Amino acid sequence: MSVQFTVNGKAAAVDVEARMTLADCLRQHLRLTGTHLGCEHGVCGACTVIVDGAAMRSCLMLAVQAEGSEVVTVEGLSNDAELTPLQTAFRKHHALQCGFCTPGIITTAHALLSEEPYCDADRIREVLSGNLCRCTGYVSIIDAVLEAREAYQNADGGAR
Amino acid sequence: MKLPPFDYACPATLAEAVALLASHGDAKPIAGGQSLMPMLAFRMASPTLLVDLRKLPDLNRISIADDGVQLGAMVRWRDIEDDVRLRAAHPPLAAAIAHVAHYQIRNRGTVGGSLAHADPAAEMPGVALTCDAEIAVTGAAGRRVIPARDFFLGPLTTALAPDEIIVEVRLPAWPARRRWGFQEFSRRRGDFALAGVALFYDEDADGKAVNAHAGAIGVADTPVRLTGVEQALNGCAVNEATIAAAARAASADVDPPDDIHANAAYRRALVGTLTERALIASAAI
Repeated sequence: MSVQFTVNGKAAAVDVEARMTLADCLRQHLRLTGTHLGCEHGVCGACTVIVDGAAMRSCLMLAVQAEGSEVVTVEGLSNDAELTPLQTAFRKHHALQCGFCTPGIITTAHALLSEEPYCDADRIREVLSGNLCRCTGYVSIIDAVLEAREAYQNADGGAR
Repeated sequence: MKLPPFDYACPATLAEAVALLASHGDAKPIAGGQSLMPMLAFRMASPTLLVDLRKLPDLNRISIADDGVQLGAMVRWRDIEDDVRLRAAHPPLAAAIAHVAHYQIRNRGTVGGSLAHADPAAEMPGVALTCDAEIAVTGAAGRRVIPARDFFLGPLTTALAPDEIIVEVRLPAWPARRRWGFQEFSRRRGDFALAGVALFYDEDADGKAVNAHAGAIGVADTPVRLTGVEQALNGCAVNEATIAAAARAASADVDPPDDIHANAAYRRALVGTLTERALIASAAI
C-alpha cells in the first residue's frame, strides 16, 4: 500500500505491506535507524516518535496509519551545527550509557518539554515511566531533562 | 515478533466500516491499536482485515450534560486527562484514567478500544461496570445499547457481535455531592493493576450511605461488582467500623486466581486494603 507522510519536515512516500509498523517503515524504507526497536510490543518505549506533536510508540502504530501525518524521529531533533539543549544536558549528566533507549527518551522528553516546559521532576518521572533504561538508573536522565527545560521555556514563553 | 499479514481498510463512514466487518469473516476494527497491536505482535490475534476507525466522524467527542457524561469511542486517554470539566463532571473517571498505561500510549489509546479489548485489569471497563454505564454500539443489524453489566463476558471477550462497533459509552449523571474513591495498585507506574477498586455512594439526610456502588478490576475474568461492599455501606454512616466491615466484605466478595504476578490470598487482601483506602478517601477521614 502506498503511504505519504512527512518525516522530519520532508515529504516521504513509501510502498509498504499493511502489516508493517511505523517503526519498521522508518528504519527499513526510510533508513532512519535512530528509532530503535526493543520489545516490539509497546512496553520499552525505545521506538517512541512524535506524530502530529504527540509522543507515540511507533511499534504500536501501522505505517499506513501515519498517512498524512507529520512524524518527527530522533534524527529530526538534532542538527549538524551544535548539540541541542537536550543533547547537551544528556552529555553533561551522563544520562546514557549504551544509548539503546536514548532515542525514545529524547523524543519523549522533547514532546513533554514542548508541551509542558515548566513540568516538575515528578511529572518528568511519570512521563518517562514509559521508557525502560537498563544502564543508568534514571536519576541522571531526570536531571538532564530538568536542566533542558530552560531552553524550552525561553522558546515557548509559557506553560500550556 | 512481526505482525501476521492482513488487509487494511480505512473507511470514511460508520456504515462502510460496519459493512466491511460484516462482509469479512474475521475482520477486526482498529482504533488506537494500543491493545490490538500487541495482540497482533504476539500473534494472539490474526484477522484477515483491519478496519481502521480513525476517519470516522464524531466519535471523538466528550459531551457533558444533565443526563451524564458521554464519551465517544475514539476519545483518547489524553483527551480525558486534558478535559478539566471531567474532574467535576465525573471525578472517578478522571482518577481512574490517570492510571492507564504510559504517556505515549495515553496519546493514542481509546475508550472504545479498551472496552472492546476487555482486559480484566483495565480501568475503563471497571469504571463502566461500577457506574452502571451503557455502551452504545452499531452493527449490521442496527444500533443497540448494552448495559455494562451484560457487556463483559470473560477475559478479552465481550457481547459485541463481530460486525459491531462501539460508538460511545454513557456514564449516568454524577451528583456534585456524591462521595467516591478510586484506588489501584501495580508494582510499576503504568502497569496493569494487580487489583483496583472503584466505589461511590450518596448520603441521605442523616449522613448515611445510600446507592452504594463498588467494583474491582484485576481479580477475576472480568471486572466485578463488590455486592458485599455495597450492602455493608448502604444505610450506614461511613465511619471506621463501617469501613472495616466493608473491607472485610470486599475480600470475601472476590475469588481471584493464583497467577505469576500474585497469589489469590494476596489479591484478596489487596482488594480489602484498596477498599479501605478508597472509603477513607471518600469520607475524607
